[in-house]
Amino acid sequence: MSEQKLQSQTVQTTGHAWDGDLQEYNNPLPAWWVYTFYATVVFALVYWTIYPSWPFGKGWIGGVSQITYVNSEGETKTHSWNTRALLMEDLNQAAAAQKPYFDKVSAMPYEQIAKDPEMNGFILSAGKALFADNCAPCHQAGGQGVVSFFPNLTDDDWLYGGSYDTIHETLMGGRRGYMPAFGEVLDGEQVDQLANYVASLSGIEHDAGKAAAGNVLFHSDTAACYYCHTSEATGRKDMGAPNLTDNIWLWADVPAATGGEGKVAAIRGVIANGLNKGVMPAWSGRLSPEQIKVLTVYVHELGGGQ
Amino acid sequence: MNINFKHEWIETNIGLMAVLTMLAISVGGLVEIAPLFFIDKTIEKVEGVRPYTPLEQRGRDIFQREGCYTCHSQMIRPFRDEKLRYGHYSLAAESQYDHPFQWGSKRTGPDLARVGGKYSNEWHVQHMVAPRSMVPESVMPNYPWLLSTPLDISDTASRMKALRKVGVPYSLTQAEYDANVAKFGETVAPQLHIPDAQKNLVEQANFGNYDGDRSGISEMDALVAYLQVLGTMVDFSKYADDAFVDNR
Repeated sequence: MSEQKLQSQTVQTTGHAWDGDLQEYNNPLPAWWVYTFYATVVFALVYWTIYPSWPFGKGWIGGVSQITYVNSEGETKTHSWNTRALLMEDLNQAAAAQKPYFDKVSAMPYEQIAKDPEMNGFILSAGKALFADNCAPCHQAGGQGVVSFFPNLTDDDWLYGGSYDTIHETLMGGRRGYMPAFGEVLDGEQVDQLANYVASLSGIEHDAGKAAAGNVLFHSDTAACYYCHTSEATGRKDMGAPNLTDNIWLWADVPAATGGEGKVAAIRGVIANGLNKGVMPAWSGRLSPEQIKVLTVYVHELGGGQ
Repeated sequence: MNINFKHEWIETNIGLMAVLTMLAISVGGLVEIAPLFFIDKTIEKVEGVRPYTPLEQRGRDIFQREGCYTCHSQMIRPFRDEKLRYGHYSLAAESQYDHPFQWGSKRTGPDLARVGGKYSNEWHVQHMVAPRSMVPESVMPNYPWLLSTPLDISDTASRMKALRKVGVPYSLTQAEYDANVAKFGETVAPQLHIPDAQKNLVEQANFGNYDGDRSGISEMDALVAYLQVLGTMVDFSKYADDAFVDNR
């Protein structure tokens, strides 16, 4: 009780009383708090002057801080500070740092890039980042692909060709795989014969009698397989028709199938149902010509370039 | 002191205190909201942005239903790293017909603002059914039922009517249709006509065959159609790379 009395003598009250004697103490804020508050007010005033802040008319006050950059039209522009102008400045700086390399990339022929150790280092690091961002979701981080979805880029078996020019073409314009569903024009027996013949080409366990009949069918105009896969069944790269003789499988998951009958069944499925997949997006609109050239060399060097 | 006098005066007049409290609070609102009705620089003037077709819009509904936005943003910020990974920064104009927008701020998965055209339809389907079969390190859940669940198209028109109420220019009358032809062109306007919604949806799904299965229209068809249009409406090659600097 005595303590309360003491406080009432030293601390001011707000000066008014309710119900006769109900009073409110007026403890002032600590000085450090008050001065910090004043400092934030000053900070805000400075900030408003430098950076875009208050709305004004149909726009806003831009602030005194400025950014100078060069745009894609080659014009040098000065703009009041904002994140989009800052990005332009960042990109300018990055482009300047990378320019010597990218200039070299655009000027050098593919073969020379591959031989130049310094450029090779650049391709490996720049290509790795580009590949991880754009290609790895389908072709996987190491380029090994996914059976029955996306081709392996590390072997020397190519659907559309493994030269620098064809890889570049594939990257620029994309690809679209297609094979008609032969189950709609052939009967089950014929499809089975073809599957056995295709299995025989890769030395997979098969029914020799059926394979012989499949051989005839393959080269006949009834099934006309040879149109795209050629008479030797080695495929036509201009149509993306795969080589059927190398025991490398993309669409039919032969490696995972067990036993000769299972492997033949996997092939039969593709022949009967056809393919309307194997879509590779076009990258010409998304990546720059230099980036595509880097990726061309990178993919070529994954192991299977021709 | 003068201040003490006012203090007491306000505290003992509850009506006055309510009025002054309202005034103090409304300052924040006035400063932040009122200028938006006058500023005309925030939405960039670009060609190509249109409301979603009925199929894309249904895909968007599924995107929201499945909570995709809890892990995927749709907002590429104007930073160098984001430009390199995702492409041109998002424009306000690009989400002008989104209700609600899907900008988001949390990325467990990658940003999807420009995912359209980056992967094949087949990749999307397989990735939705079993994400780890495509991206081994992925933590995305499997969404296999999208492929097996037929898309409910019976309420497509009603959903578009609801969006029309909040300002999306889907057309109901001939006059609105003509306005859309003038604004979006001959090919887009029919897609925005509510009376033809169901027909348009079926046609687009059958033609696009987004899920790779021709036997029917699944929820996957709609979702992939939506994902494939994200960020593709504006052709940035038509604009200088600093064309939108003045809008911030």
